[in-house]
Amino acid sequence: MPNIPQIHPDLFPILKSIPDPEIPVLSVIDLGVVRHAELDGSKAIVNITPTYSGCPAMDVIGDDIKKALSEKGYNPKVNLVLAPAWTTDWMTVEGKQALKKYGIAPPMDATSDKKALLGEEQVVPCPKCESTHTKLVSQFASTACKAMFKCEDCEETFDYFKCLI
Amino acid sequence: MTKQNLIHYIYGIADNALILGQRLSELCGHGPTLETDIALTNIALDLLGQTRSYYQYISNLTTDGSTEDDVAFLRKERQYRNVLLVEQPNTDFAYIIVRQYFYDVFHYMLLQELQLSKDVNLTAIADKSIKEVGYHQQFSGDWVKRLGDGTSESHDKTQQAVNDLWVFTEELFHLSNEDKIVVDSGHGINPKSFKDQYFNKISTLLEDATIKVPESKYFQKGGKDGIHSEHMGYILAEMQYMQRTYPDMKW
Repeated sequence: MPNIPQIHPDLFPILKSIPDPEIPVLSVIDLGVVRHAELDGSKAIVNITPTYSGCPAMDVIGDDIKKALSEKGYNPKVNLVLAPAWTTDWMTVEGKQALKKYGIAPPMDATSDKKALLGEEQVVPCPKCESTHTKLVSQFASTACKAMFKCEDCEETFDYFKCLI
Repeated sequence: MTKQNLIHYIYGIADNALILGQRLSELCGHGPTLETDIALTNIALDLLGQTRSYYQYISNLTTDGSTEDDVAFLRKERQYRNVLLVEQPNTDFAYIIVRQYFYDVFHYMLLQELQLSKDVNLTAIADKSIKEVGYHQQFSGDWVKRLGDGTSESHDKTQQAVNDLWVFTEELFHLSNEDKIVVDSGHGINPKSFKDQYFNKISTLLEDATIKVPESKYFQKGGKDGIHSEHMGYILAEMQYMQRTYPDMKW
């Protein structure tokens, strides 16, 4: 994606160690919500963007970032920016793999996503048994960013991280 | 265009999301099935998140120090600018779905236009929200089809909901004189530009769902000018209770 976040190399490892409060296998970097991080002396300025408008995790993410940076001796400032709007394309490859391992099917490309959510094609593979014999249960699941599917082979229900492009 | 005009205009968009979000959140734990319960409360959360972005912007525009909580929870009934459609009660599931579909289709088209506004704050909110509203529209549209083309009971209830709620559709396209100033300045958008497209789209889906499109030319309006239905006072009483009882709470 053209919109590559500019993150100061000193701040990168700190931010990379902060987990998403709802999906702890993803760091805030892997999730793609950190859009900018710069240093001005001891002042660390970090811009984050919400995944979904009503995402209740954003306040927690902001607080976690402030806490982690303060512990390393920085004076943090976190800004919430809306534009450009977050997209699942900003999730790192590493992040997508971690999601799958955690049992959540990672977001696909927009065309396959639309077909899957319209029930036209069974294209979301089960993160547990890899079967593509899956069916949509609901376009909305435990959080706004996920849809719920059921695998008809291993009979487990699983979450699918919906595309936002 | 004055700042006051712009604030008035933004309320005309934001209050719809607030009141519909409040209506949907009443269903938390009361949806007909677990999946629809979760879906409707997810939609409520999206709408409240979007409202919050608009109110934060309004809070930055005001000079009287109003916070986003003040503008959300401390206005009087006449100061809310939501349309009558979104304040209608959760009578039954067909009613909830039809109300949602009528609003979602409008909301999506509105955001498409708002993405072209001269106001960078509004385009940012529109860019963000439209991705979410795409899913709302898909959900409510699928359900209108499923209910309309379902059992005779679900069909009849859906037809009744369409007949009852039709009267509120025209108001979505109403602009106050202050709104017109904002539209003329290029910051606001004129919903009349997609009115035909809106009625074509919902009529096509209703026909697909074997639902008769009402022919009535009688429409209700008033919400956008602050003249609400009898339901609005009850919504505000419940929604504002915490903020009025425990002033300065933050959401």
